[in-house]
Amino acid sequence: MVVDGLLYTKDHEWTKVEGEVATIGITDHAQEQLGELVFVELPEVGKEFAAHKEIAVVESSKAAGDVYCPVAGKVTEINDELNTRPELINEDCYEGGWICKVQITDKAPLDDLMDAAQYKEFLETL
Amino acid sequence: MKLLFEKSVPERRGVALGPSDVPTTININEELLRGRSAALPELSELDVVRHFTELSRRNFGVDTNFYPLGSCTMKYNPKVAERIAAYPGFAHLHPLLPQLRMGGMLTQGALAILYDMDLLLREITGMAGFTMQPMAGAHGELTGMMIMAAYHRDRGNGKSIILAPDSAHGTNPASAAIAGYRVVTVPSDANGVMGIEALKKELCEDVAGVMLTCPNTLGLFNPHIREICDLIHSVDGLAYYDGANLNAIVGKARPGDFGFDIVHINLHKTCATPHGGGGPGAGPVGVGEKLVPFLPVSIVVKRDDGTYALEYDRPKSIGYVAPFYGNFGIVLRAYVYILMLGAEGLARVAENAVLNANYIRCKLKGYYQPAVDTVCKHECVFSTTEAMAKQGIHALDVAKALIDRGFHPPTVYFPTIVKEAMMVEPTETESKETLDAFIAAMIEIAELAERDPEQLKAAPVTTCVSRPNETAAAKNLNIASLSS
Amino acid sequence: MPFIPNTDQQQQEMLKAIGLTMEGLFGDIPAELMAKSFDLPAGLSEQEVRSRLADLAGKNSVDLTLFLGGGFYDHFIPSAIYSIISRSEFYTAYTPYQPELSQGTLQAIYEYQSAICRLTDMEVSNASLYDGGTAMYEAMMMALRITGRNKVIIDDSVNPIYRVMIESYTRNLKIDLDETHCVNGLANRAEILGRLDDQTAAIIVQNPNFFGCIDDVTDLAEAAHAKGALLIVSCYPISLGILKTPGAMGADIVTGEGQSLGMPMSFGGPYLGFMAARKQHVRRMPGRVVGETTDREGRRAFVLTLQAREQHIRRDKATSNICSNEALCALTALVYLSLLGKEGLKETAQRCADKASYAYQRLTAIPDVQPHFRAKWFFNEFVLDLPCEAADVIAKLIEKGFAAGFPLSRYYEGMENSMLICVTEKRTKQEIGMLAEALESVL
Repeated sequence: MVVDGLLYTKDHEWTKVEGEVATIGITDHAQEQLGELVFVELPEVGKEFAAHKEIAVVESSKAAGDVYCPVAGKVTEINDELNTRPELINEDCYEGGWICKVQITDKAPLDDLMDAAQYKEFLETL
Repeated sequence: MKLLFEKSVPERRGVALGPSDVPTTININEELLRGRSAALPELSELDVVRHFTELSRRNFGVDTNFYPLGSCTMKYNPKVAERIAAYPGFAHLHPLLPQLRMGGMLTQGALAILYDMDLLLREITGMAGFTMQPMAGAHGELTGMMIMAAYHRDRGNGKSIILAPDSAHGTNPASAAIAGYRVVTVPSDANGVMGIEALKKELCEDVAGVMLTCPNTLGLFNPHIREICDLIHSVDGLAYYDGANLNAIVGKARPGDFGFDIVHINLHKTCATPHGGGGPGAGPVGVGEKLVPFLPVSIVVKRDDGTYALEYDRPKSIGYVAPFYGNFGIVLRAYVYILMLGAEGLARVAENAVLNANYIRCKLKGYYQPAVDTVCKHECVFSTTEAMAKQGIHALDVAKALIDRGFHPPTVYFPTIVKEAMMVEPTETESKETLDAFIAAMIEIAELAERDPEQLKAAPVTTCVSRPNETAAAKNLNIASLSS
Repeated sequence: MPFIPNTDQQQQEMLKAIGLTMEGLFGDIPAELMAKSFDLPAGLSEQEVRSRLADLAGKNSVDLTLFLGGGFYDHFIPSAIYSIISRSEFYTAYTPYQPELSQGTLQAIYEYQSAICRLTDMEVSNASLYDGGTAMYEAMMMALRITGRNKVIIDDSVNPIYRVMIESYTRNLKIDLDETHCVNGLANRAEILGRLDDQTAAIIVQNPNFFGCIDDVTDLAEAAHAKGALLIVSCYPISLGILKTPGAMGADIVTGEGQSLGMPMSFGGPYLGFMAARKQHVRRMPGRVVGETTDREGRRAFVLTLQAREQHIRRDKATSNICSNEALCALTALVYLSLLGKEGLKETAQRCADKASYAYQRLTAIPDVQPHFRAKWFFNEFVLDLPCEAADVIAKLIEKGFAAGFPLSRYYEGMENSMLICVTEKRTKQEIGMLAEALESVL
């Protein structure tokens, strides 16, 4: 499942840009590949990340994957609920399973992201 | 089954110390003592023996039955090696004795074994010198990477990249990364081995070396291996041979002759020392002439008078990767094994390991999908078929069904470049009868996959537990029973 | 041929089934790559090999009365240990990847992890590492990952063998390793606190330290935490039968050498590295970990867990490159701890301390033999100053049948006349008395 209106990376992160704030999560494809999540390592609020840096780790019983920050920014909010219910990402990756929000410091990397149609096309090539 | 701690009965004792023959002359200050005793179980000796005997019956070893776990070389572990390792002259030898003045003379037997083992391993691999310090294969890899780094530092080379094939053991990239290198993966070619063109694409002055297994994790011997080593040398890089699969070629071909500069040998694989449920092992590292000065401290040398001594003065050495001489008890067992087999026996090892693997490959290829259908070395890799996939049968189901038929399953889901991989390594210590029984079980499972897939998905049903919930284990972590 | 069962006839049948000759099976190896030489001796029979190895064993001096410790100890090993760990269902198994066939190994490791936590007063433990030195190195790397910092302070009262290992391992990494110098037998507070800053990942200390002195490092834990750093404590597990635990002192990571828990000295290995930590760091802890869960019928079952962090999945991003533990050694330690039990371990530790203090009294009563550190508490090792070079005295005592101690000049400047003496529960009053007489006679 791919949702319109979001931007996507080749590493299967999605981001929703609202003004200066980007919300970040992993896509349905990513959660399906990982299987049921058992742990999400969330970033610290206030920490700054350059674009493409590892901002979180998602872990299932069989695999662990890094979540890369699609933009440059400073973490303003994290989804605390994932600490106790990491499976939220499996159940609802685009809404309840969001990972964190960042205050964007550099918008340029957004230009490299795919829109929903492009990401759908990208998935077909895998 | 109950935990040890749950069987504890207050005031019950296992071992009695007897009365002390000395008075207490200094009492340690109370503030430095623990508040209450460690909450260890209180059991009789028989309680303890029964507990662990029961646990042992919930386990499966090579002595139980066929254990074709690919890439792990689960061969028979000769009993004589255990007996010799327990000789008091070895078991009770304090490792610091050689550091006392003239102390080397107190350990001549042990030093002779380390020295002789070095010579034997050199001849087996075609290398110029060995260290026995690494305590496992992965530890050998790290040691090898440290030697590589020391060599380049000595040459003033500022290199940062290690090349590794996509079929590599996961430890290769992990070891390289921990030694400070960046790992670049080289894809396998259509034949399943590292190709020359793919290598050339990644080759540059920044390449410090390559890490390879040969035969690789698909059980394939890379015919370009010599050329790969030459190419790496052309940029002053070093070639590292991961000896995990040495059992396939021991006595037939030697990594030193291929052009490798650094080699590690898993003694717990090729040299039949027991795996111990996951260690201890030993991973001696051998190097070519130009790298000998970088080997860890210390090295056993033979003096003119025929006595043995430890050499500590090695200015270019990478230092110490183990406190002393590695897992001496394991090196000793491997030494016993090599002495018993000799040149002739070791060559028969590779022949029969390869024969057994190819026999299984040929007998099963009509029932499972072979990863590559050419002659293999010590192991062969299959996938489940499309028909099985349609029934929802995965490699894991085949593995679990084998358990119900009395066999340890092959390695599953590795190498990762093969989907639904099942990696079978029979080893030379298994007989044709055993292989035939395994083949029959595999064929029966393949047929069941079509006829009654639900039965396979329910397996195993003959074990003390059925499939455990691994997700729950990782989510609701309970990794220790703490005292209340 | 030993250990190869297929007969010639069977080999021929199998080759026929494959459709190749034996040469053909190796036809994929280019002819020029076949071994240039394979000049090994001919094989020996079991009788011959046992006789040859018995001769070699006889060339090792294991009849010396040992007062030599230095982190590697001659403790009593109950017979039941060997019986249990010799069960081949344990020792011929591999890493428990198939949990249904490996509940024995898995439950034993879970119980081992529990025993280590209970011994050290920590919350989590891994399934073991290679040895005490690599465990300390792994703990240091873990602290770097947790804090994201790159400075480490280590006091030289930590076993010098481990310090040289850490120095070797970190040469290729950008780590600022700072060594402080022990004063009066304790980790140097002034130097450590002076260097501790907001770039420090960890302070590494040992208790009892290399000199046998008991060092309560509670203050260092508080100081480290105030700067956001971790405290790593290496310890001697037998001493924890009576001594204040690293957990109670506030340590964040605890490591040590487990050889003293039922393993013979075996000339340096195989040994057992143990590691325990605070619960919040469990996902940064290297090595295997076993967890409890249930099977499909709801029965208790054990599995390898947190594997997602390991090398075979994370490759170059793994927490460590280590893929094996020392499972059989961990089993040995667990059996030892369950045979001794709660009271037995405490008594053993007390007995070590009692015998050491008796030896200390006897030896310091010899004219010109002085304790090196004054008015300090020790466990079962202590340092004596002699009126002459210690290495020389130790050599003379070997001729009298004693491995009397370790000459500290090997690792410490200015300690030419100092020797480290270790007394375990195995040493008798009589042996201690004989050592005192022998020492007095060679001075």
